[in-house]
Amino acid sequence: MLLNQFLLLGAILFAIGVYGVVARRNAVLVLMSIELILNSVNINLLAFALRNGGDPTGHTFALYVIAVAAAEVGVGLALVLLVYRNRRSIALDELSEMKG
Amino acid sequence: MLAASGLVAQNIAFGIVALIMIVGALRVVTTKNVVHAALWLVLVLAGAAAQYLILSAEFVAITQVLVYIGAVTVLFLFGTMLTRAQLGRATDLNNKNWALGIPVALLLLGTLVYVLIDSFHAEKLVDDPKDVPNVTTQQISDSIFRPYLVPFWALSFVLLAALIGAIVLARKD
Repeated sequence: MLLNQFLLLGAILFAIGVYGVVARRNAVLVLMSIELILNSVNINLLAFALRNGGDPTGHTFALYVIAVAAAEVGVGLALVLLVYRNRRSIALDELSEMKG
Repeated sequence: MLAASGLVAQNIAFGIVALIMIVGALRVVTTKNVVHAALWLVLVLAGAAAQYLILSAEFVAITQVLVYIGAVTVLFLFGTMLTRAQLGRATDLNNKNWALGIPVALLLLGTLVYVLIDSFHAEKLVDDPKDVPNVTTQQISDSIFRPYLVPFWALSFVLLAALIGAIVLARKD
């Protein structure tokens, strides 16, 4: 197994996630793209953990990333729900009230 | 090269799972149906769990299945259900200038691929099946509760704040 095969898979998933964040208009789909990005980071963390001879530090931080991602999805969906309740729409390009 | 290095089965498994993950991820960001996007995301997350198994991280793989596939996907489906009246195909899921995302992503991917290949070339992870390190759950818990205890506390507060924040935000008053 090469180290780079995992890192390149992570890079591809990261780029796809960034494309989703830029291109999508629906807030739920943007949150899904952020999950793709966080997963690519986790693959990198575990690949480097194996590279350093099974260092449990990488595993620890992968677990922390998973926990933070779960918290992020919870708050993010609560925000999306609130926006939907106020505006009857979750299109992100219509949220332009902070524009000067 | 595959035959020369050991761990051929792992390499084949990596290739198949990576292909499934990339197709699934592309479908997540291109599909016209929000529910389908959530289900494709399940495929990508399960593939990530399989990659963690290939990287001999069993505990993280199980956590991935429990937290992501078990909880996060259900949250996404609930969010979809609560914010959309109709669940079928939709035509307004992309921004007007969504095409700008393609050069951004390709530029990012090109930079990352260049940097990774430049720095790691063909560095081997593990050559011999006997060399695969065995990271036990006990080692992970020792790592969490000894050197990384302060981040663990911080994470607990983040989870508590997220819990209370989500309740406060989503509650009808």
